[in-house]
Amino acid sequence: MTATAARTRLLPTATARGRQRRATATAYLFLAPSAIPLLLFVVYPMFRAAWTSLHEWNLLSEKSWVGLDNYADLVSDPETAAAFLHTLYYVLGVLPLTLVGGLALALGLHRAFRGRNLLRGVYFLPVVTSWIAVAIVWRWLLNPSVGIVNEALSWIGIDGPGWWTDPAWSMPSIILASAWKDLGYVMVLLLAGLQALPTDVQEAAMIDGAGWWRRLRSITLPLLTPALFFVVVITLINGFQVFDQVYAMTGGGPNGSSEVVVMRIYDMTFRYGEAGLASALSMVLFLVILLITLGQMRGERKWVNYV
Amino acid sequence: MSRRWTGTLVNALLVAGALTMVFPFLWTLSTSLTSGAGLSATPSLIPAEPSLEAYRTLFTSTPFARVILNSVGLAVAVTVIQVTTSATAAYAFARFEFPGRRVIFALYLATMMIPMQVLLVPLFEQMRDYGLIDSYLGVILPTMASAFGVFLLRQAMVTVPRELDEAATIDGAGHVRVFARIILPNVRPALATFSIFAFMSSWNAFLWPLVILRSEEMKTLPLALASLQGQFTTEWDVMMAGSIVSILPMLAIYIFAQKYIIQGVAGSGIK
Repeated sequence: MTATAARTRLLPTATARGRQRRATATAYLFLAPSAIPLLLFVVYPMFRAAWTSLHEWNLLSEKSWVGLDNYADLVSDPETAAAFLHTLYYVLGVLPLTLVGGLALALGLHRAFRGRNLLRGVYFLPVVTSWIAVAIVWRWLLNPSVGIVNEALSWIGIDGPGWWTDPAWSMPSIILASAWKDLGYVMVLLLAGLQALPTDVQEAAMIDGAGWWRRLRSITLPLLTPALFFVVVITLINGFQVFDQVYAMTGGGPNGSSEVVVMRIYDMTFRYGEAGLASALSMVLFLVILLITLGQMRGERKWVNYV
Repeated sequence: MSRRWTGTLVNALLVAGALTMVFPFLWTLSTSLTSGAGLSATPSLIPAEPSLEAYRTLFTSTPFARVILNSVGLAVAVTVIQVTTSATAAYAFARFEFPGRRVIFALYLATMMIPMQVLLVPLFEQMRDYGLIDSYLGVILPTMASAFGVFLLRQAMVTVPRELDEAATIDGAGHVRVFARIILPNVRPALATFSIFAFMSSWNAFLWPLVILRSEEMKTLPLALASLQGQFTTEWDVMMAGSIVSILPMLAIYIFAQKYIIQGVAGSGIK
């Protein structure tokens, strides 16, 4: 702040104070169209969810106070534990596929050659399509009896699995479709990371005779850790909210084998009339996302190599 | 192996991978053009007898035309509203000094950590109290504001030189005028990027519309697609026709605005 500005602030004249008050009012007016909806439809419902989580309620009855009972019920509910396991299965399945695949694509498409932008565009294409359309397409591709994937497998003598109709294969089916859809997204995030890297270190290493693998391991990857770390965090955060593709591919089945956390919240609320319990689960999910975000803030300081 | 050969090999792998990525789309298209696919006919990549029968079934036995209109209408409305509310807030954060500015901005960003999934129950309760179940307003209200949009547009607005505002102010322009005539035209790329994102997320939105919209003729494309599965359990040609219809508009936008979309993702991590 300049000296004059500081002085004006210390000794405001009547007009200056009036001008500042008017500016503040104008600013609040410009904020109102977004602040009011955010307060009404994000902040207020958040408190309401916390309040509802302390009640037993089936959407129709009066809410009856049960204290922390819903949370205790969640802890001892095997299906909720299973939902968390399935969600974790999803995250741990999608993460390595998209991370390794996305990194390979980013490295390959960072090089300058003709047709590179077209290829980038093709790999990114699934990202802009709707999850429901993608889920239906993959149900068709992975159809156990008439799908093209099992037919192709039979050409090389493999008897394909039951995919989304088989409890053991329902999560892998969802993971496969999701990895296909998210690959281009991770690629773009990592390409942005690669573009931000300084080129002089690479050139120096090349002059010193370092090979491709050596440069990747000792220079590119360490420098790329912020982008890689960001991809991991964003995949975790999105992964814990997985719903659309599960709903459309398996509906959580067969036999609940792909019931994920958000699916469970949805089912508790609208199928079993357990809206209080569902609110408690929502709060737990929020806590998980909050912890991942806080972990990101700590981790960024701790082990990301910004140079 | 020489450098050149390695390069060619890598490019060949990249092309092969790209073909694998495109294959599901092509297979969807050819299935939708093969009447009776999955039942009486086996589709092949180039249909022997291409037929639009599946599309006809889609538009005659479901209100799909209406569904497309619903999706377009909602996506346009949500985009216009979100761009307006985000741009005004971004202007306030970029150009005003007011008490609590930093705290309020941090609170805006904090709302990004609360996903719709967490608010499902209370928002449903709220919309039911307002009598907005099965209404478009019920879909729109919770998506009126976007903290991401505020953030993105503010970042763009702080780079607009203040001399431009000051010159306009000296010429007697008020805040509304400065905002509309100076700031907005100078952040056009950011406005384009955010508009596309708002449109895309509304077009593809599923969970919240699923909770609010009930009757068939109110549904949006993703909802109608999901219910096609119940109606045409084994008629894969019809389901693939539905997928193609829902993918095409996004594909068209993507082809024209690829630059904005990829830059937006790369710069923010939002998809």
